[in-house]
Amino acid sequence: MDLKLDHHSKDGIEIVDVEGEIDVYTAPRLRELLIELVNNRFYQLVVNMERVEFLDSTGLGVLVGGLKRVRAHDGSLDLVCTQERILKIFRITGLTKVFGIHDTVDEAIAARRAEK
Amino acid sequence: MATVELSFTALPAHIRTARLVATAVARRSGVDESLLDEVRLAVGEACSRAVEGHQLYCPAEPVRLALTDMAGRFEVEVTDTCTPDGLASGVAAADEGGPEESGRAGLPAGLGIAVLTSLADDVQISTTPAGTRIRMSWPTAGSSLVR
Repeated sequence: MDLKLDHHSKDGIEIVDVEGEIDVYTAPRLRELLIELVNNRFYQLVVNMERVEFLDSTGLGVLVGGLKRVRAHDGSLDLVCTQERILKIFRITGLTKVFGIHDTVDEAIAARRAEK
Repeated sequence: MATVELSFTALPAHIRTARLVATAVARRSGVDESLLDEVRLAVGEACSRAVEGHQLYCPAEPVRLALTDMAGRFEVEVTDTCTPDGLASGVAAADEGGPEESGRAGLPAGLGIAVLTSLADDVQISTTPAGTRIRMSWPTAGSSLVR
């Protein structure tokens, strides 16, 4: 499956819905969307990865790049993911300590609100 | 002789095909279902690395993937034909384009290798006069090493 991207606002936070496979072929599209959102001054992001079927190190790089961009504006980029096969690569690379990873979008939003 | 051999143009679009073929052959060879995601990710990382190197140094040359059902093991071999020097830094080479160009911007060089090393039981990375060969294997059903 290719990559499907969508985004919408919820409670003042931009939710990015990602579906499909994030690899060296598709990751540039996610990177472009994250850059576009930051350029449009969306600095509070939640990337919903519940429908991601595959993620490799290139995809991780795009997410880290997005995190660096929003942090440059005192923003945040949290993830929603419960799939073990996706979480595994975050654990292998130690990125579970870098990203806030939540079970649901609502939980991610609540966690972000609590930190404010 | 490999059970299945795949040779593909060094384009990112073909890496998914390589992953799918490797996973299908791994399943047929008896690799446990719980390990198939690891096979898929490790093969993807190895092929991504090879494709990146080929695009930089030898775009006309194909990347080769060999999948072999051995006694008790499923072996994957990804071979590139780039210069060893060119691929020594693999991911770092892709970073030359800067943060706007590289998908892995912000991550340490060699992350893909680190990921696949942690996924496969047995990983051997060797340089040949022609390029680099990554050989990985997983246990199959019937092997005493099946996790």
